[in-house]
Amino acid sequence: MNFEFPALPYAYDALEPHIDKMTMEIHHTKHHRAYYDKFIAAIKGTDLENKGLDEIFAGVSKASVAVRNNGGGFYNHNLFWEVLSPGGGGAPSGKLADAINSSFGSLDDFKARFNDAAANRFGSGWAWLIVKADKSLAVTSTPNQDNPLMDVNDVHGRPILGLDVWEHAYYLKYQNRRPDYIGAFWNLINWEKVAENYEKAL
Amino acid sequence: MKKISILMPLIAAGMLTVAPAVAQKAESNKAKTVKTAVKGTPVPSVGTASQVKELPAEMSFWMTPAAKLTFPALPYSYNALSDVIDSLTVAIHYDRHHRAYYTNFIKAIEGTEMEVLSIYEIFNKMSEFPVSVRNNGGGFYNHVVYWQNLTPGGGVKPSGLLAEEITKAFGSYDAFITRFADAAKTRFGSGWAWLAVDFKTGELFITSTANQDNPLMNTEERRGFPILGIDVWEHAYYLKYQNKRADYIESFGKIINWKDVEARYQYFLQARKNFLN
Repeated sequence: MNFEFPALPYAYDALEPHIDKMTMEIHHTKHHRAYYDKFIAAIKGTDLENKGLDEIFAGVSKASVAVRNNGGGFYNHNLFWEVLSPGGGGAPSGKLADAINSSFGSLDDFKARFNDAAANRFGSGWAWLIVKADKSLAVTSTPNQDNPLMDVNDVHGRPILGLDVWEHAYYLKYQNRRPDYIGAFWNLINWEKVAENYEKAL
Repeated sequence: MKKISILMPLIAAGMLTVAPAVAQKAESNKAKTVKTAVKGTPVPSVGTASQVKELPAEMSFWMTPAAKLTFPALPYSYNALSDVIDSLTVAIHYDRHHRAYYTNFIKAIEGTEMEVLSIYEIFNKMSEFPVSVRNNGGGFYNHVVYWQNLTPGGGVKPSGLLAEEITKAFGSYDAFITRFADAAKTRFGSGWAWLAVDFKTGELFITSTANQDNPLMNTEERRGFPILGIDVWEHAYYLKYQNKRADYIESFGKIINWKDVEARYQYFLQARKNFLN
């Protein structure tokens, strides 16, 4: 596989005032970039070099911890940038909206579940909306740079929406107020992209 | 050393409440002392102010029933460490993060059997208690050590017995610093790196723990008494250093309060048998 480091799909200041420019810049050019570089270095010359991320994650328990941490950090941030948008927010529509209603009761119930997952993830990690093998939706969270595609987690599925709750994602602007950051996230969600991810996962 | 020996009987008294089960087995009359102590009799006087300084509140800390532990004052001003840690970071870290761990810890043990246990007794049975106690109890204790481990104008090398033990365990002071820094740099995600004294062998060792865990907890593979800890949660350094955790770790040596680290080491040598699991 030829893994590429993706450009940010919008300007560093595009998500202001919810996520500040400096946070975006450091997060993308330093944190995300370092995960990418270390992931490439970790798979170089190994049999993982020719595999896709899905396959690598499905067997990550047998790979080195560098592959797990950096491969996760690479993939997770790829998804994160995509599901955010300066013109985001609002509500999902169509099939995704129906699926959220049938899985969680309502959009508000889903939001409450997702907020809890993000707020209660102790330490560093992510909250996710995933499509499980039976095509149903679920909310889950993972520590550090793990994700629900990895065979190290109890809850498996394909992430279609993710929120980074490492302190580096919000500390410059929100410091200890993680719930405020989580609240601001809802103003940025690119629901069209999430719906597209959902279609692909089905 | 002289001061330590003066304090020994008091330390011995403190030791009893650290591990009442052990004490009760030993002597029934002493076990009675334990019972009243854990119910919250006033903490015994521990000597003059200068003597207390030698053993930074350690004895009373380990003697106090968890529910009666108080949130300690920061031993310096917010800007005192600003060469290495900026004042906004210290203010938020102490007054928001640390305080929240303390408040949530007290809340988590309220009305439970844990109220009358010492914090070590809780850590020693950590796996049996709710995760909120582990996270917040760890967060409370770890930061107590952290603030006392630091001082403006620190960084003077350790001396005496501790210096000898560091050389014995790691080869040299510089080798220790390198190993300690490596443990701090390679802890992925949130957590701590520690210099600790092995419960069983009494040897110094370096370890790192995830999130707010620490080597006192029975969830750790190698257990020991922490004498120096560095917080590598991003909240400890992000406002000043951002992604450059290594710079924070390398500057950290300048503010280590080796007097405090030595006092903790001495305390453990005296109280060691109470920390066996």
